[in-house]
Amino acid sequence: MELFNSESKKIVSDPINVNNPISLQVLGICSALAVTIRLDQAIIMTLAVVFVLCSSNVILSLIRNYIPARVRIVIMLSVIASLVSVVDELLKAYLYDMSKQLSVFVGLIITNCIIMGRAEAFALKHGPSKAFLDGLGNSMGYGLIIIVVSFFRELFGAGTITLPDGGAGYVLWSIPESWYAAGYENIGLLVLSPGAFIILGLVIWIQREFAGVEEDA
Amino acid sequence: MNFLRKIFEETGKLVEKGKPLSWAYPVWEAADTIFFSTNKQTSKGPHIRDNMDIKRTMFFVVIALIPCYVFGAYNIGYLNALAMEIERGIVGNTIFGFTYVIPILIATFVAGAICELTFAIIRKHEVNEGFLVSCALIPLTMPPDVPLWQVFIGTSFGIIIGKEIFGGVGTNIFNPALTSRAFMYFAFPTKISGDKVWAVGPDGYSGATALAIPANPVEYDTASNLFAANTQFDYSTLNMFWGLIPGSIGETNKLLILLGAFFLIYCGIASWRIMVSSVLGLVFTSLLFNLLNYLTVDGIMQAGGFPNAMLTITPLQHILIGSFLFGTVFMATEPVTSSHTNKGRWIYGFLIGVLTIIIRSINPAYPEGVFLAILIMNMFAPLIDYYVVQANIKMRLARNA
Repeated sequence: MELFNSESKKIVSDPINVNNPISLQVLGICSALAVTIRLDQAIIMTLAVVFVLCSSNVILSLIRNYIPARVRIVIMLSVIASLVSVVDELLKAYLYDMSKQLSVFVGLIITNCIIMGRAEAFALKHGPSKAFLDGLGNSMGYGLIIIVVSFFRELFGAGTITLPDGGAGYVLWSIPESWYAAGYENIGLLVLSPGAFIILGLVIWIQREFAGVEEDA
Repeated sequence: MNFLRKIFEETGKLVEKGKPLSWAYPVWEAADTIFFSTNKQTSKGPHIRDNMDIKRTMFFVVIALIPCYVFGAYNIGYLNALAMEIERGIVGNTIFGFTYVIPILIATFVAGAICELTFAIIRKHEVNEGFLVSCALIPLTMPPDVPLWQVFIGTSFGIIIGKEIFGGVGTNIFNPALTSRAFMYFAFPTKISGDKVWAVGPDGYSGATALAIPANPVEYDTASNLFAANTQFDYSTLNMFWGLIPGSIGETNKLLILLGAFFLIYCGIASWRIMVSSVLGLVFTSLLFNLLNYLTVDGIMQAGGFPNAMLTITPLQHILIGSFLFGTVFMATEPVTSSHTNKGRWIYGFLIGVLTIIIRSINPAYPEGVFLAILIMNMFAPLIDYYVVQANIKMRLARNA
């Protein structure tokens, strides 16, 4: 199978746009709300999910013919949990500050509906290369939404844009003091979880508008 | 008038279907129906013949709000004169106040009109007058020194999230004016959290509002004593009724709010059941808390290390301080978001009163709770209606069985 024919392209691009796991299927919302306070957290979380989802899809797809259907959930969970543990340990070793900020939410990738969902719906039925592309597309779709949400939450809620680095984050741009002196104020609501719901709702609205998806009334 | 009619007929041709300017039809339609009654006729049944159309309803609410605006402006000037220790006279105070009220009003209406027109054009619905009432209510719930850009953002949020995403006037769940108030309360807490004095005074001028005094006392005492001990403002019961105290622009004078309430009830616009039952709920809960405080005076209900003084506020004081009356008369009775059955209205109003006191008294972080109480009950109004209707069906089935 060619890696870059139109079918493979569709496997990658569909979950990013017209079948986005967050904005169309509304999966993985809990972590999307929890890790979007700052842009750097969202970026690291995206990388972690890309790694876990791609690897778990490939591994499960490779062993799909040996898994008895009755115990497949247990096997899926043990593969995913091992991969998440690897990511968690890696973060603790090399990005300790980030690992502390993300706290339990890295561990909670295990319970992210997107990962189990893709394993069940796609990886167990397709070959490893397709499963890899599907994992890539879905994790990028997830990452795209949480990066957009966290960008607006951080910019308007805390007044900064932070990129990840080895330590506590590199502040790329922050709202200058002169704005505050002129009467500008951060929107405190956006730092709280209801703010994440509101921004996520608006993003879903706009994304569906562009993707041209209409839900049945 | 013929001249005006001609203008609208000529411009109307430009926005007909198929013409390049047809996207602007809602704007034309809105302007046209302000001056002339519509010549559109309903083609399908049912037909209701009533001179009480939505435009007139909304217009009467705005009329009821005008006295609150005038007094609010006077109060801003009065408190400013008090803080600056100068004399300005009634007219001078009112004019001074209007220099603060009118910019807020303009910011609200500009934001409201932009949102409403944009949605009318994109969604191809008619411009609805509902936004006029929402926009007339929003400035009255604002402190006089609120920054105008915050008013602009808050109003847009209220109109879009509170109304348009649910499909516009008549299908919204939450009161748009209260949605924008709640948004601003949580988004910009430094300006509108309700514990600092909202008077236009010299730099660094501050003091405690009537609700904040028993919420954060230095030393425990009953609320009445705490009010009497405050020397900065006159928090006597009579003065709280007349409204020469700091607060949001439109809510301080209770007499004008009561007059507005009678006007709305007389015209058949607002439901007296909601107003009466919410006052009943407030009296019931505050008496309950008075009793609770009497029974457990040194100890169980504590706030900040000593007994909670909010529990000692009498029912009458609860009615007079804060925005309870304003909220229950103008916000809770909004026909779209309140209950639609008469029994449901009693329950809906009563629970607004109960929740207001619970939020005010038990949680000192939120000195004012009426807008949260109304929004929560907005959410439950359809549920209440559903069960009232179901109960009625069951009752009638049982009777005829």
